[in-house]
Amino acid sequence: MKSSLKLALGLTSAITASTAVSNVAHAEDLTLCWAAWDPANALVELSKDFTKETGIGMKFEFVPWTNYADRFLNELNSHGKLCDLIIGDSQWIGGSAENGHYVKLNDFFDKEKISMDDFVPATVVGYSEWPKNTPNYWALPAMGDVVGWTYRKDWFSKPELQKEFKEKYGWDLGPPTTFDQLKQIAEFFQKREIDGKTVYGASIYTERGSEGITMGAMDVLYSFGFQYENPKKPYEMEGFVNSEKSVKGLEFYKALYDCCTPPGASNSYMGEGVDAFKSGQVAMHMNFAFTWPGLQKDENVGGDKIGYFVNPKGPDGEQFAQLGGQGISVVSYSDKQESALKYIKWFANKDVQAKWWSLGGYSCLNAVVKDPAFPASQPYAQTFLDSMAIVKDFWAEPSYAPLLQASQKRFHDYVVAGQGSAKDALDGLVKDWTQVFQDDGKM
Amino acid sequence: MLNRTADSVARATPEPLARKVRGISDKGLAWLFISPTILLLLAINIFPLFWAIYLSFTNFRANRPNEVVKNLGFANYQRILGDQDIWIAMQTTAHFVFWTILLQTLIGFTLAWLIDRKFRGHAFWTTIILVPMMLSPAVVGNFWRFLYEPQIGLFAYAISFVTRIPPTDIQMLSNVELAPWSIIIVDTWMWTPYVMLICLAGLRSIPEYIYEAAEVDRASNWRQFWSITLPMALPFIMLAVLFRGIENFKMFDMVNLLTGGGPGSTTEVASITLKRQAFESWRTGYSSAFAIILFVAVFGLANIYVKALNKVKQR
Repeated sequence: MKSSLKLALGLTSAITASTAVSNVAHAEDLTLCWAAWDPANALVELSKDFTKETGIGMKFEFVPWTNYADRFLNELNSHGKLCDLIIGDSQWIGGSAENGHYVKLNDFFDKEKISMDDFVPATVVGYSEWPKNTPNYWALPAMGDVVGWTYRKDWFSKPELQKEFKEKYGWDLGPPTTFDQLKQIAEFFQKREIDGKTVYGASIYTERGSEGITMGAMDVLYSFGFQYENPKKPYEMEGFVNSEKSVKGLEFYKALYDCCTPPGASNSYMGEGVDAFKSGQVAMHMNFAFTWPGLQKDENVGGDKIGYFVNPKGPDGEQFAQLGGQGISVVSYSDKQESALKYIKWFANKDVQAKWWSLGGYSCLNAVVKDPAFPASQPYAQTFLDSMAIVKDFWAEPSYAPLLQASQKRFHDYVVAGQGSAKDALDGLVKDWTQVFQDDGKM
Repeated sequence: MLNRTADSVARATPEPLARKVRGISDKGLAWLFISPTILLLLAINIFPLFWAIYLSFTNFRANRPNEVVKNLGFANYQRILGDQDIWIAMQTTAHFVFWTILLQTLIGFTLAWLIDRKFRGHAFWTTIILVPMMLSPAVVGNFWRFLYEPQIGLFAYAISFVTRIPPTDIQMLSNVELAPWSIIIVDTWMWTPYVMLICLAGLRSIPEYIYEAAEVDRASNWRQFWSITLPMALPFIMLAVLFRGIENFKMFDMVNLLTGGGPGSTTEVASITLKRQAFESWRTGYSSAFAIILFVAVFGLANIYVKALNKVKQR
């Protein structure tokens, strides 16, 4: 009895001691929250160097894109302590800054001599600043991203297809430079038999639940002349959001959806687009640049079979692309802000950023992307650079969620369900957005 | 023996505790036992209900905890009742509830009537029929999403085989006309067994001697069905309709998994609209008002229905 009591006591002490030791060892572990996607895996790999250098362990909380906003905005709104660092979507910046979710980084940047001039300007405005175009920084640009296109280079280079295309459209089959050309190519490939398989023109964003169709439609609308507001009078949207040019842009997007997408592609976003391209269903594929490293490595469609092109020009020669990507922020509810700031400082380092790019992340640091060797470093590097030079982003207002929901509904109702006209959809959107800004007291 | 045990337990009880227990009345003891449950119910059911009622009169947004909460009076309710999109969502819900209940009742009752014949192997077939009901809605939703795939789905191929329409043209989830029916088909497939079970219970509760008396009176099978089977099973059928009606009025999971409310807003039932307003647009006050309106609608309709059910039972 005595020996078993001793054994029990010994075991209890051992367990208590080991728990205590492990608690001490992991007291400074940081948790980084982000979406579950390929770049997140690259970041896990990259962060091992941070742990080696500082002894601070890294834990990761990755959530699939479809639940990413719901999950982490809930976490921030409830002042949760799960995330010490968060790579939040670019549109969250206004709400997170105004609601006090993120730590303001100006003093830290000054102290550590981190200059925003060292980063690609569009990413600083898009991922870090609130209010926009003011030197108030809430994040360090972490993952540059932009909507661009991939195409099947091997199909485009088939002599018989090139000949047929030239006869039909009068120009050489190649990456399109205008949206008209893009549609002609998509029509040409739609329901065509290639290597014994029926293929389709293009995969575009049509997803209803989160942000898909807005990202896709905006990617086209910008180049057709869409503007969010009167540049001289903020929040005045009548005649800008629903201008004739915008109407034409939305009509084009619907025409592209109707003529040239695979059957059943009525709820397609990043994952579905990648699947459609990888399975050899489509000739062209609209997607964020983060998907390109994975596609480049793909055995079936990667390597020499894949090509990349920048979002084409609109009818008036304007050319823009939808900004993606995120900045990394310190969560103001975290108890480990000091260590979290150490991570930001480490992440801003040039060598770390260079390694970040080599692992599959998209660095926003000028020293990396303006390096003369950068364009040749990957087959998609030049397209990425060219695309980042023409970006525009959705509203980043604190009310971005209802603004986004309104556009999701209006665009999906018109483009996919075919209800009403493009003019009705955009007039409705002006009405919805006006209501949101009136509720916010901004109009 | 029992008395002796009770005596020994009473003697073994420490004196101070025994005195304390003796001081509590039966009613007090009863309250002592049920109070944890009542507290739990108050905390997770009643309090949120009253809190939602309070929020429905405000402009509160859960994603802006620092913002001043303003009292809006009935403005949220007025806005909801005047919102065309809300009425469209309610119409979609009504369409969905009507057709699912109609189909489930017809097929469920027919199946119950057939199973009640007690043919050879009826127990086996009963089990087979019940399988869809036992599956998780998440599994059923994903499973049918693949079945409906126009390029690889078995459903499209089966329809194509019969109609000779190319399978890629059978876009159940993308077509505005077909998408509502795709959800109705899945819900009917999954929940008809439930209606069948309730109807079967009703059919088995009809005493055999009534049929024997009808046989003696030479009543035809058709006459027996209309005069005995249907009236006596009617309260059970109505009960099944009530349960399915309430469930389908707040249907969320299946619609969310299959179409997410699309294409466009074609299948956006009230619960999907509510979720979007509450957790995507973060209009907490507005969505609370909508939730209260839905609650009152379901509660009111269910009450009217229960009164009708009681009348049928009393006949």
